[in-house]
Amino acid sequence: MDNKILHSVTAIFHTPDDIIKAAKAVVKAGYKKFDVHTPYPVHGMDQAMKLKRSPLGYFAFALGVIGATLGLLLMYWTMTVDYPLNIGGKPTFPLPAFVPVTFEITVLLASVATVVSMIVIFFKFPNNSHPLHDTEYMKQVSSDKYGLTIEAADPNFDFEKVKDFLSKIGGTNVEAIYYDNDEINSKLTLLEPKFLTGLAVISVLVITITYFSLNKLMFMQPFNWMMDQQKITAMKVSTFFDDGFSMRLPVEGTVARGFKPYPYPDSVELASRVLVNPLEFSDVNLENGKRKYNTFCSPCHDYHGNGVARLNGQFPNPPSLHTDKVREWSDGHLYHIITVGQNTMPSYDKQLTQEEKWQVILYVRALQRALNAQEGDLQ
Amino acid sequence: MSNDNIVLYERKPLPTKLPLLGWSLLLIGVVLTFLAFSTDNVRASYNLIIVLMWVFSIGFGSLFLIALEHIVGSDWSVPFRRLSEILAAVLFATPLIALPLFLNLDQVFSWLNPVILDSDKYVKNKSPYLNESFFVIRNIFVFLVMFLFYFLLVGRSLRQDKTGKADTKKWSTKISAIFMPIFAILITVVAMDWLMSLEPKWFSTIFGVYYFAGSVLTALAVLTFIAITLAENGYISKYLTEDHFYNFGALMFAFTNFWAYIAFSQFMLIWYANIPDETMWYMQRGGEGWMTISLGLIFIRFLIPYMALVTRPSKSNPFRLKIIAVWVFIAHYYDLYWVIMPEYTKKTELHAPVYSWFEFTVPILVLGVIIVVFSLVAGKKNLMPIGDPKFRKGLEFHL
Repeated sequence: MDNKILHSVTAIFHTPDDIIKAAKAVVKAGYKKFDVHTPYPVHGMDQAMKLKRSPLGYFAFALGVIGATLGLLLMYWTMTVDYPLNIGGKPTFPLPAFVPVTFEITVLLASVATVVSMIVIFFKFPNNSHPLHDTEYMKQVSSDKYGLTIEAADPNFDFEKVKDFLSKIGGTNVEAIYYDNDEINSKLTLLEPKFLTGLAVISVLVITITYFSLNKLMFMQPFNWMMDQQKITAMKVSTFFDDGFSMRLPVEGTVARGFKPYPYPDSVELASRVLVNPLEFSDVNLENGKRKYNTFCSPCHDYHGNGVARLNGQFPNPPSLHTDKVREWSDGHLYHIITVGQNTMPSYDKQLTQEEKWQVILYVRALQRALNAQEGDLQ
Repeated sequence: MSNDNIVLYERKPLPTKLPLLGWSLLLIGVVLTFLAFSTDNVRASYNLIIVLMWVFSIGFGSLFLIALEHIVGSDWSVPFRRLSEILAAVLFATPLIALPLFLNLDQVFSWLNPVILDSDKYVKNKSPYLNESFFVIRNIFVFLVMFLFYFLLVGRSLRQDKTGKADTKKWSTKISAIFMPIFAILITVVAMDWLMSLEPKWFSTIFGVYYFAGSVLTALAVLTFIAITLAENGYISKYLTEDHFYNFGALMFAFTNFWAYIAFSQFMLIWYANIPDETMWYMQRGGEGWMTISLGLIFIRFLIPYMALVTRPSKSNPFRLKIIAVWVFIAHYYDLYWVIMPEYTKKTELHAPVYSWFEFTVPILVLGVIIVVFSLVAGKKNLMPIGDPKFRKGLEFHL
């Protein structure tokens, strides 16, 4: 007994009224480090013990704010920055759609924070032992009795006095609780074989279950019902249509929205005489023209239009766009070539919209001007 | 309170200034309303709908609180039940407020306009429900059912003051249980008829709940304000503690969140589905100068009361609670204004929010109605249900 360190003195009370009176008496006697254990929350105990406001709320609030920020940032990064997706024509930062997720993450982090900070602050994690554990006192107060402990760490603590005091205010079974020497001396080690084995077993179990459920269970009845609907899957053979294609061609004569068929497929002369570029030189038009030119034209014509490009040698090289002949061609002539093709060059009607063709022509004109700049252009 | 001879409650007559204040407010309100109707009866009608829905909120919400207490058998609210019962009497003012509206239905509701009926098949398809005679009949029915339940729920409770019969509790619980589903239907009908049908093409299935959330919140706010003011001035039992008021704070907090949840659910689903029939309501409130007021609603109705009520001391401090109650009460006006007046500016093609003496009549009239009804009904009654067997238990309530 002598080498043991005293933790506290405990006393048992029998009714909730007694324990509230006792708590008030202990506060009055000036003890600071004391605690009350009851089998259920006793109303009015906060005031009786003169408890200060718990700091837990601040942790919950701080982590809630962090959660909201993290949730919004996560969605902002994935949906707006890294891989912007157009969903139903909504903006790429659709705040109303983010609100439920933000709310969930806020609640999750706030509640986790409350639990974790409670464990860390009040239970001094990773320590999981307490001298009151496994005592007769704890057994009683967790079933039908009300207990009060005054800790030895209290500045006014005096063993005999406290014992007398507790009996005087009506406590029974007054006893001293000592620290368990084994627990004080024990150290938590991570490399204990038992712990490592347990960890390994759990890992294997989790991996197996995850693998099984994601790769096998989800493909069993009834989880596969959603997959096995009578629906058409793109790029899969169709058993429904005679020709075996899942994807259907539009009806004969279908015209895309805003599309006008090219009226002069046979006549360069007519096209070059009649067609006029409806667009003007502007940053937007040139920027878009450059992008389309670099995508569709530059493989053969080169980025600058001189005809020696990345596909050099695999096809006959196209003539340079900077010859006098090409420069004197009208915009309509170029439009005709892009639409119908010329010699080896195929039609780019499918790749470029009408507006984009005119933008590409503007860009080609800009390239031609750049290689034949005149004094006056500097202004 | 172990001594049985202790006086839990002693009736103290309300100050004579109160009915004077109420009647003068009511008089000013009525005169201004008559003036408004003679100047511009369309605008006056829209404002009178705000008055009607506001008063409805308080009456309906109080009735709901009474029934809720009976059903769940709560103790803490027993001392305040009589105040709710007195407040629920404002329901009797609603037919009087609705009368000018019944006479001016065609000024307000476009589903009565034959031009719109002919040109719009969506409105025409709704005419089996939205037509003048059925509208009047079902609203009179709503009034009658409300009065019936008012007498059923409140009458016995008043008699209990003298008899002290314990079996009243059983009866009230049964009536409340019957009342609840009927209440849900009634409040949905009211919200749909007077608020949603202002834009007959628009529909939202959650709208009744939206109005319900705001109504209970308003009834709670009025009850909180009256209870705390009366307690501070000694008109009701002096044994009320902050623990009692904490429940008001907690309930207001809960319903503030509930309102935000419902309002956001309604908005987000409509915003996401993006169907013109549904978005039109929000488009009207997102343009023509209404955007600021719509964004303000988030703060006034949700964020500010939320922040004001989130901590524990603010839920139990009577002074703070009174301020929040006034705030919530006015926020309901803001909410109703936001629901109703955009339809007025749309109809009259004003293209901007309006606020002038027409609109200012609304709070004067509502305050007048509340104070007059309260002083009239409370006149000779006990302000606490002293006959209720749970009255003492309710007073001894601790958190």
